[in-house]
Amino acid sequence: MLHWFKKDESHLPEFWQKYSARFDKNQKEQLISETTFVVLDTETTGFDQEKDRILSIGCVKVKNNKLLVADSFEIYLKQEKFNPDTVEIHGLIKHERFETISEEKALQLFLKYIKNSVLVAHHAGFDINMINAAMKRNHLPKLKNRVLDTGVLYRKTRIISNFIDQHKTYSLDEVALAYNIDLKDRHTAIGDAFITAIAFLKILGRLKRKKLKELYKK
Amino acid sequence: MKNSIAHRIADFLKDFPPFNFLNADELLNISEESEVLYIDKGNILFNEGESVHAFFYIVHKGAIQLQKFQNEQYETLDTCDEGDIFGLRPLFAEENYIMNAIAEEESIVYGIPIKQFKPLTESNKKVGNFLIQSFATNTRNPYAREDKGKLFFGNQVIEPVSNSPLFELQPAPIIKKIVTTSPETSIKTAAQLMSKRKVGSILVTKNDVPVGILTDEDFRDSIATGEYSIDNTVDKIMSFPVICYPKTVTIAQAQITMMKHNINHICITEDGTPNTRVTGILSEHDIMVSQGNSPSVLMKAIQRSHSTKELKKIRNKINLLLGGYIQNNIPLTHISKLIFELNDATIKRVISRCVVKLQQEPPVKFAWLSMGSQGRKEQLLQTDQDNAIIFADPPEGKLEETRDYFLQLATKVNKRLMIVGYEYCPADMMAKNPRWCLSLSEWKEQVAKWIKEPGPDEILLSNIFFDYDITYGDSLLSNSLSDYILDLIENYPKFLSVMGSNALRNPSPLGFFRQFLVEQDGEKKDFFDLKKRGLQPLTESARLLILSYKIKNISNTAERFDRLAQLEPKNKELFEGCSYASKALLKFRTKQGLQNRDSGRFIDLSKLNKEDKMKLKRAFKSIKALQDLIKMRFETANVI
Repeated sequence: MLHWFKKDESHLPEFWQKYSARFDKNQKEQLISETTFVVLDTETTGFDQEKDRILSIGCVKVKNNKLLVADSFEIYLKQEKFNPDTVEIHGLIKHERFETISEEKALQLFLKYIKNSVLVAHHAGFDINMINAAMKRNHLPKLKNRVLDTGVLYRKTRIISNFIDQHKTYSLDEVALAYNIDLKDRHTAIGDAFITAIAFLKILGRLKRKKLKELYKK
Repeated sequence: MKNSIAHRIADFLKDFPPFNFLNADELLNISEESEVLYIDKGNILFNEGESVHAFFYIVHKGAIQLQKFQNEQYETLDTCDEGDIFGLRPLFAEENYIMNAIAEEESIVYGIPIKQFKPLTESNKKVGNFLIQSFATNTRNPYAREDKGKLFFGNQVIEPVSNSPLFELQPAPIIKKIVTTSPETSIKTAAQLMSKRKVGSILVTKNDVPVGILTDEDFRDSIATGEYSIDNTVDKIMSFPVICYPKTVTIAQAQITMMKHNINHICITEDGTPNTRVTGILSEHDIMVSQGNSPSVLMKAIQRSHSTKELKKIRNKINLLLGGYIQNNIPLTHISKLIFELNDATIKRVISRCVVKLQQEPPVKFAWLSMGSQGRKEQLLQTDQDNAIIFADPPEGKLEETRDYFLQLATKVNKRLMIVGYEYCPADMMAKNPRWCLSLSEWKEQVAKWIKEPGPDEILLSNIFFDYDITYGDSLLSNSLSDYILDLIENYPKFLSVMGSNALRNPSPLGFFRQFLVEQDGEKKDFFDLKKRGLQPLTESARLLILSYKIKNISNTAERFDRLAQLEPKNKELFEGCSYASKALLKFRTKQGLQNRDSGRFIDLSKLNKEDKMKLKRAFKSIKALQDLIKMRFETANVI
């Protein structure tokens, strides 16, 4: 019955169909220790979802408190649009020494890498929106993965006290400082993804929750 | 694909043996196949008897304990911290692990792939030798034996593992960061350098080769006696030739040499002769430090420490000392004084180092206040840090600029204290929080608000802040605030009533049938909350009573009760009982905490023996009587 409501994806490229086919089961009951998380960060030319472009994507995979260095993901994109204002933040310069690839190729590799893992990012909304905007430009649907935001999760680790602002947003720098994480390679996509991953592991250690769905609860 | 994470790992590894013997390509190659592990406190990386992993490990952050099941209990063989390697068994044998690796604190560990690494141990002799030595001695770093030895641990002496050599035969604790000067330097300059670096000796070198040594003693014998003036050059008064040894010198060799030549220092050179480059220095003092954990040695070590990491190691030794004291039933008054002094010295040392690091003198005078348990001198186990800064009122218009300086200072201090082992306060009650880094006038304004309109939040804050102890800086500032608080309380009696009803909110823990009240819900269901039901009512009542007598500068709960017993002869017995109860409960908590490696706050009653239960009940009787007295005296019934 359900497939009636499923959108017809036959016109979409094969890599999308392969990616999409993995989302067949409900992940909610899954144990955190058995879930693959992809912790990611993007560097962009700016903060405008429409006008700005992704310059690089960095990801690391985390499962059962473990991160395999060989299984990290680091790509640099060829972008015609170039915003000199943001170069300073992340030091990425167009056609710098890195090997760069097209946006389409990048998305293809990215989907192949993330599969149906749960995506994790600091202030995840921004990164996911930027990637979805790129997907749209390349005539692809939105990402289907579940998403967790370490900014939101970090807030859950703090005690409920009248002396703490319960709605404060915490920057990655603040979280790293609180957890004593080295800020090496800060402001590169892969560097920030690694810092976020360590923060994520420490948050999971503190929250002590068992099932994936419990991370989405208050 | 480029792999920046591998570079990051390699960059960490390159500073630690045996990885420092590898070239950049080799390092990167193993880093690419490495793994990063997060191990929560108390979790196990591998178990005795478990089949070996495809990795061996190096600690990146945190501490891993290696334990073995011996004599019917787990005995700690070694604690590995940053840069130490462990789990080497699979490199040498296909057998199962023979010990447990458990996280003593939250740790990040890097796994090094055996498959990629093993060929390097065969091709690179230095790497192979290092690992064989590490493996054979059952320690992570045969060159860093200074933490080992006769740790004071009561009946539970941590003996070096059965097959490891005697303490005296172990490599000596060599200091690699040496202070040197040239023979032509003036005596005055050399002395200035020594006092700046806080060392008792300085090596005199020429082209990195040792030509003499200058120690505190030489100053006494040659300068203070008037024999030489301070403008002479150091070669006039230095001792020479210098006794040299290679770095493999054992503690026994060093001790014998020192005795024979009547010297306190030995110079370590590349080949052990005075003709090669200096690589380190070995002092009698450092041997003493490595040998024992006596408080005076630890105190000196704290005052001389030059890095946060060093302080952290000293902290671990303090904990061992504490464990030994508790096991040997040394009176708690004595233990708390000692531990307080050591804690206090640690914090002082961190602050004074941070002031230097800021490279700018404080713009005005300030006082660093320790609050909560450290303020009350009751912090035996490491708990959270609670602290604040009072700075003198700055000149007009300079307030924010001045605050900025102190916030910068506090951020540094708070961070280092965290690394040493005092966790951040979960409610951000730390000096780096702009709310608790205030000028004297601002503090007065702040406490006036709490005292004049005491709601639940205000009482809670008063409870935390009114138990302060000045750790560093100008005591005139903290005294002036104390006087202000006491005067104000006299004019606003309602404050004490509210504080009184607050102290009674957790009733005496003995229920109707003289059963213990246990927690009804939450993660700690069925556990007994020793802090909430035992220590806190005592602390809060003592604070309330002592404030009502306008007595400042006694913040320790037991001492407060002792004072109250003097002031009120008719309640002498009650207050003495309370003084005893606060000491007994604190000792109890510390014992529990050491046993369970936590704050000791929650107790599993089913695991207590009869004697302990009786002791607790006796303490709670005193609490009950105390709460009745407070109810009467402060007419709390009218306030609620």
